[in-house]
Amino acid sequence: MKALAWHGKHDVRIDTVDDPEIVNPRDCIIKVTSTAICGSDLHLYDGYIPTMQAGDILGHEFMGEVVEVGAKSTLKKGQRVVVPFTIACGSCYHCNKHQYSACPNGLPADNQDIAQELYGHEMSGLFGYSHMTGGYAGGQAEYVRVPFSDVGPIVIPDGVADDKVLFLSDILPTGWQAAEYAQIEPGDTVAVWGCGPVGLFAVQSAFLMGAERVIAIDHFPHRLELAKKFGAETINFEESATYEALMEMTGGIGPDAVIDAVGLEAHGMFVDNIIDQIKASTFLGTDRPHSIRQAIIACRKGGRVSMPAVYGGFVDKFPLGAFMEKGLTLKTGQTHVQHYMPALLNAIMEDKIDTEFLISHRMPLTDAPKGYDLFKNHQNETTKIVLKPGMTAA
Amino acid sequence: MTDRRDDAPVSTAKHGDAADLTTATLAEGKGGSVAGRSVTINRPASELYGYFRDFTNLPHFMENVVSIDVRDATVSHWVVKAPAGATVEWDARITQEQPDRLIEWTSEPGADVANSGRIEFRDAGARGTVVTATIAYDPPGGAIGKLIAKMFQREPAIQARRDLRRFKQLMETGEIATPAMNPKQFEEMGL
Repeated sequence: MKALAWHGKHDVRIDTVDDPEIVNPRDCIIKVTSTAICGSDLHLYDGYIPTMQAGDILGHEFMGEVVEVGAKSTLKKGQRVVVPFTIACGSCYHCNKHQYSACPNGLPADNQDIAQELYGHEMSGLFGYSHMTGGYAGGQAEYVRVPFSDVGPIVIPDGVADDKVLFLSDILPTGWQAAEYAQIEPGDTVAVWGCGPVGLFAVQSAFLMGAERVIAIDHFPHRLELAKKFGAETINFEESATYEALMEMTGGIGPDAVIDAVGLEAHGMFVDNIIDQIKASTFLGTDRPHSIRQAIIACRKGGRVSMPAVYGGFVDKFPLGAFMEKGLTLKTGQTHVQHYMPALLNAIMEDKIDTEFLISHRMPLTDAPKGYDLFKNHQNETTKIVLKPGMTAA
Repeated sequence: MTDRRDDAPVSTAKHGDAADLTTATLAEGKGGSVAGRSVTINRPASELYGYFRDFTNLPHFMENVVSIDVRDATVSHWVVKAPAGATVEWDARITQEQPDRLIEWTSEPGADVANSGRIEFRDAGARGTVVTATIAYDPPGGAIGKLIAKMFQREPAIQARRDLRRFKQLMETGEIATPAMNPKQFEEMGL
C-alpha cells in the first residue's frame, strides 16, 4: 500500500509498504477513505518530537471502511467508522473512569519506559505519533491496523458524508474538552489563544456551553474571520496589545476562563518567545510556551485555565506566582476522545456543530508531502487539509 | 541488617541493605541485588494467581523466558535469555505458597543465576489487585555483568517492570499491545 512516511525534519514521502494485517484478536483493518493533517503533525514535521524513526507512517485523524476483523472485534466488514486517535482498551481502571488517554494497555511495555522517565507515568498509545506513544503506524495511508476495535471506533450511519464526521477522531472532541475544562458558567467571557482547528472548535463549544462572549486571539486574518463567523470577538496580536485589549474588553476584570490552543510552537516575536526559540534550537528547552504565559497573566482572579495545547517537555519562566496569587485552576491533558464521540456525533447530525467549514483543501493521499508544506508555510489560508486515498491526482 | 526507617518497600531503599532486608524476609532468600515492582491489575486476585501459578503460562508475557518445564508440584526448570545470545538455566523450588495470595521461590544449588523471590497478590477493592514482584538475584559476572545485562535490556529490574506491564495487559484486555503491522513482524519484535 501507499503511505505517508516521516524521514526527517521537513522530509515526508509517499512510500510503498506492506499492507497491515490482523495481529491481535480485537484488531480490525480499515481502508482509509479520509484522513487529515493535524496541527500536531507539524510538530513531528518540524522535528520537535523525540523518538521518531525514518519510515514511521504518520496520521492520527482518520476514518474508513472496515475490511477485516479479528476474532474478538465487534465490527462488521463494510461498516464505516471514525477512529479515535487515542488507543485505549476500554476495561482498565482509567478507561472505566473515561480517562481514555491515560489507558496504559495500548502502549507496548517497552515503549512505556520513555514516558515513565519523562512524565512519571506511561500514557495511552497514539497512532502515528513517535515511538514514545507506541510506534503505531498512522492513518495517512491506504490501510491501517486498529487495535481494540471493539471499543474504539464509532460506526457512522449511512448517508453521512466523511467530511462531516472525520474530525470526531481528534480536533472536535479536543476543542470540546477544552471548553469543558474551562468550566464555563452562564455569562462568562472566554478567551481563546489560537484559531487553528482546536481553537475554532473550542469557540463553537464555549458558546454551546453558555459563554456570553468568546474572544479569539490569533494573527492570521482568515482564521480570525472564521472565529468571527461563530460569534467570537477577535484580537489580532499583530494589530493590538493582547493583555491590554483583554482588560479593556472585560472592564478590567479579565476573561473568566482562558484556553491555550496554541502550544509548543507559538508564533510571534515576543522577547520570551525569542529566548525560547534559541533555547529550543540549542536543546536547552523543548517547548515555546508564550501563549500559556499570556493566558495566565490575563485570566481573571479565581478564573480557569484550560490547556488543550500540546506540550512535550519542560518550560521555564512559567508564571507560577501569578497562577498561585490569583488562585487559578488549570485543567489539561490529551483528549479522552472515546468519551465524547457519541454525543458529538449526535450534535453533528442535529446540525448543532459545523465541521465542514474548516476544510480548506482536499487532495489525494499521494499529494500529502505537498500538503505538509502548504500547511506549514501558508497557515492563513490553509485551515485544514483532508487527504483522500481514493481520489485520483489532478 | 539495619532497622527499617519508614514504611516504603525495601526495594526502594536508597542505601545498600535492600537485598539483605529482602532475603531476610524470604523462607530461603538468596541473592545480592534486588528488584521490586508493583502494578495494579483490574481483575480479581484469584484469577491472576490462577493464571500465574500455572508456570507454563509465564512465557506468554515474560519476554526473556525461553521455556519453563514443570517437574513436580514445587520444582520447575527455567531457561532464560541472557546477553549476547546466551541462555542461563536453573531449577526453581516453591518454598511457600498461599492460594490467591502469594508464591515464594528459591533457586536450587547449581543455578547459573542464584535467585529467590516472591510474588504477592493483594486485593485492592474496586481497583482490582495489586501485584508485587520482588526478585533477589546474584548477577552473573558481578557489577560488570549487571551493566552488560542492562545494556542488553536483560537486567531483571527492567524485565520485571516490563513483564508486569504485559501481565496487566494480557489479564485486562486479553492481548499484549504491539505496533506490529502483521503477525510475522510481531514474531520478530518479540513481546
